[in-house]
Amino acid sequence: MSKDNQILEEFTSKEYEHGWSIDIESDQAPKGLTEDTVRFISAKKEEPEWLLKWRLDAFKKWQSMKEPKWPNVSYPAVDYQDIIYYSAPKKKQQLDSLDDVDPELRETFKKLGISLEEQKRLTGVAVDAVIDSVSVATTFKDKLGELGVIFCSFSEAVKEHPELVKKYLGSVVPTGDNYFAALNSAVFSDGSFCYIPKGVRCPMELSTYFRINAANTGQFERTLIIADDASYVSYLEGCTAPQRDENQLHAAVVEIYAAKDAEVKYSTVQNWYPGDKNGKGGIYNFVTKRGICAGDNSKISWTQVETGSAVTWKYPSCILKGDNSTGEFYSVAVTNNYQQADTGTKMIHIGKNTKSRIVSKGVSAGHSQNSYRGQVHVMKRASGARNFSQCDSLLMGDQCGAHTFPYIDIENSTAQVEHEATTSKIGEDQIFYCTQRGIDEESAVALIVNGYCKEVLNQLPMEFAVEAQKLLALTLEGSVG
Amino acid sequence: MTEVAERSKILEGLNTRFSSLNNSSDFHAIRQKAFDFINEKGLPHPKNEEYKFTNVTRILEKQFDISKKSGHAVGKSDVDALVFEGLDVIKLVFINGEFSLELSDIEETKGLKISSIGKAIESNDPQFLALFGEATKNNNDEFAALNTALVEDGSFITVADNSIIEKPIALFFINDATNDKNYTNSRNLISIGKNSQVDFLELFSTKGNNDSFTNIVTEILVDENAHGNYYKIQNNNDNASHIGTTQIHQKRSSVFSTYTFTLNGGTVRNNLNIAVDGEGCESHMYGLYVVNGKTHVDNHTAADHIRPHSMSNELYKGILEDNARGVFNGKVYVRQAAQKTNAFQSNKNILLSDTSTVNTKPQLEIWADDVKCSHGCTTGQLDEDALFYLRARGLSKTSARAMLLYAFAIEVIESVKLEPLKNYLEHIISERLHKDF
Repeated sequence: MSKDNQILEEFTSKEYEHGWSIDIESDQAPKGLTEDTVRFISAKKEEPEWLLKWRLDAFKKWQSMKEPKWPNVSYPAVDYQDIIYYSAPKKKQQLDSLDDVDPELRETFKKLGISLEEQKRLTGVAVDAVIDSVSVATTFKDKLGELGVIFCSFSEAVKEHPELVKKYLGSVVPTGDNYFAALNSAVFSDGSFCYIPKGVRCPMELSTYFRINAANTGQFERTLIIADDASYVSYLEGCTAPQRDENQLHAAVVEIYAAKDAEVKYSTVQNWYPGDKNGKGGIYNFVTKRGICAGDNSKISWTQVETGSAVTWKYPSCILKGDNSTGEFYSVAVTNNYQQADTGTKMIHIGKNTKSRIVSKGVSAGHSQNSYRGQVHVMKRASGARNFSQCDSLLMGDQCGAHTFPYIDIENSTAQVEHEATTSKIGEDQIFYCTQRGIDEESAVALIVNGYCKEVLNQLPMEFAVEAQKLLALTLEGSVG
Repeated sequence: MTEVAERSKILEGLNTRFSSLNNSSDFHAIRQKAFDFINEKGLPHPKNEEYKFTNVTRILEKQFDISKKSGHAVGKSDVDALVFEGLDVIKLVFINGEFSLELSDIEETKGLKISSIGKAIESNDPQFLALFGEATKNNNDEFAALNTALVEDGSFITVADNSIIEKPIALFFINDATNDKNYTNSRNLISIGKNSQVDFLELFSTKGNNDSFTNIVTEILVDENAHGNYYKIQNNNDNASHIGTTQIHQKRSSVFSTYTFTLNGGTVRNNLNIAVDGEGCESHMYGLYVVNGKTHVDNHTAADHIRPHSMSNELYKGILEDNARGVFNGKVYVRQAAQKTNAFQSNKNILLSDTSTVNTKPQLEIWADDVKCSHGCTTGQLDEDALFYLRARGLSKTSARAMLLYAFAIEVIESVKLEPLKNYLEHIISERLHKDF
């Protein structure tokens, strides 16, 4: 076991490799949150009156709400008056080509191993890079424009496509949905907007890289994806953040609307700063993600690889309203040191013959706590609904915990719902099998864990799988038995 | 009447009844503590996670007067009606929560001591005072506290070390709600000594058609290397509400199995908590609920693994028709010290109507790494292909259905080790499936 311990020690003492910060002069709001802050952000973004009203309405709702306490996580109370709610890089004129991008920013991407031009050239990914809340560069816009696909920053969408934004904003996650959604609705700074017109199959993966940069800045992103009839889009979101000792709050909202026969695939790789090995610092990630399969035969698929954040709390959900619609959720959540994750999904079956599938893989190491919390709700009208859920947990080390809280609520007799969960550690026999064949213990563990997560990783688009594997490797390599 | 008023009515009744209790015994301090607890905490609110799917307002709105005990007229024939064929047992009968010596049939048995809690309180029995509340000390359930605050009678059973009790001990709880609504507070304390073996049955039934509400707590202490089986059979009428807590504490190398059968009732809530507090323990939990009408069955189970090298196994199955609702919450805790634990849990439901509902939440909370834990749950309906297969062979729709449902239910019944009980359940279930379902 001593080797195990040594490996474990190595793994747990590994410092966050993407930890650095670049100084970009910020144009930021004063600390604290009042109605004036909301007005300041709205004015700064030159927003129309209706949006300001919408924000203020959300702010009122937020004031009357209490921070929820039910998740299986604990963290020091967040002082909402000690957060800067808006900060933007100063140079924010419209850019036409990549060469106009701030060299410092480009350095940022290079450090991450994702250079924009590389991506542009090799993979054909349109990247809407977001650094501290304001979109700086958008690529492949013209190409997408030919097809009528709108992919731009949220503030741009508000200016150029107000009718779409007005129609769909808050339609999936209403302003008063929960505490953090209300907060986000009041103060969101920017985000991404995506519209796929009828019958269009988006030819490339749409991708956004989020980063938190200036210290003390809460990041409040808003993403809205609308897939019109019979369209298809694959959307990628990924994040890394610089090392900070002070906790940073992130409360994003993602809304997906899938019309008749539409399909949306949403993939996330999340690698925010998880705090150091003593649990100091790290990002609080309290996110509301929800999609609605509004039309018949539509499909929404969530894939997430969670390796970062001190506290993660998110449940990408699907409302299966259209008949024959499908919801999928694939998740790998890796926690280490003092990280805490309470994540899962909700599948609400409303339409007939709706199907959902949940595959959740949790890996906990160090002193971390990893919880799966999910709900499958089959409503009375949802005859012929089908769900399969599987949530497995791997434990590495005896100081961590793995928890499963599945809620299964069935109101229709024709529903077929199955749920299974297992919790175990890597079998000694499995390791023995590998070492006996000349694979050293470390690689054996990596091999087994990779195999364990494969079902989920396979769901990621090619371009993204590279980064996901990189992140998993960073977390899992030299981990443990 | 508003919800708040209903709650305060219960608490008012509690106050009245509590002040009428004899407060000179040593036991009163225990009651006082529970009384303070319930006064401070109140009754569970629908927002309480533990009572999320079982709204106790359903019970409280019937406005039970808990301030006094109600009268009864239960005779020998009522008890005999409950004794099924081949059941040869040591019989303890409780009417409206009170021990009835004349209706009971207690056989002198070596190693077995049976007394009533009423007597134990009166005589300040030191053994009773030492054992009472041992198993429930970490229990925070409001109804269990309400029960403790009002403890007056029940059974106190001790099995000495190295004793094998051949005859099962059957506890009959009969509620008489013929003349008026009634609230019954029942309590059992059972202690099984080292290397001993014993079987228990708890049978519940109601007489009369008024609303009745049973609040029962059973504590079972299982010492080292002891073996036991515990059967709970609930067959109340539609107006009966039942909230029961069974708290089991197992020590090293003990083997204990519980069986919960819910055949009918109004609102039924069973809390089953097992603390696996020793190495090499085995715990089995089996449950079957076959309900229709408006019956609401809620089974909350918790297996708490405190020490290493133990195993727990759980299987709960349900068949629901009409407007029936089944709730299942199975918790498995594996604490950090409990390495090498094996824990399995399974909940399977069949819904026969679109108005029946299942809310199930199998829950694992694990802090130890070297464990094998799994849970599974399914909800569905009868397999069309299987039905077709049987019908193609000339079976009527009713019998084909009944046969498949019987096959589904039998998995639980077959695990029953007590032969007469097994036959009885087989018979009653197959009859039910042919008729009602």
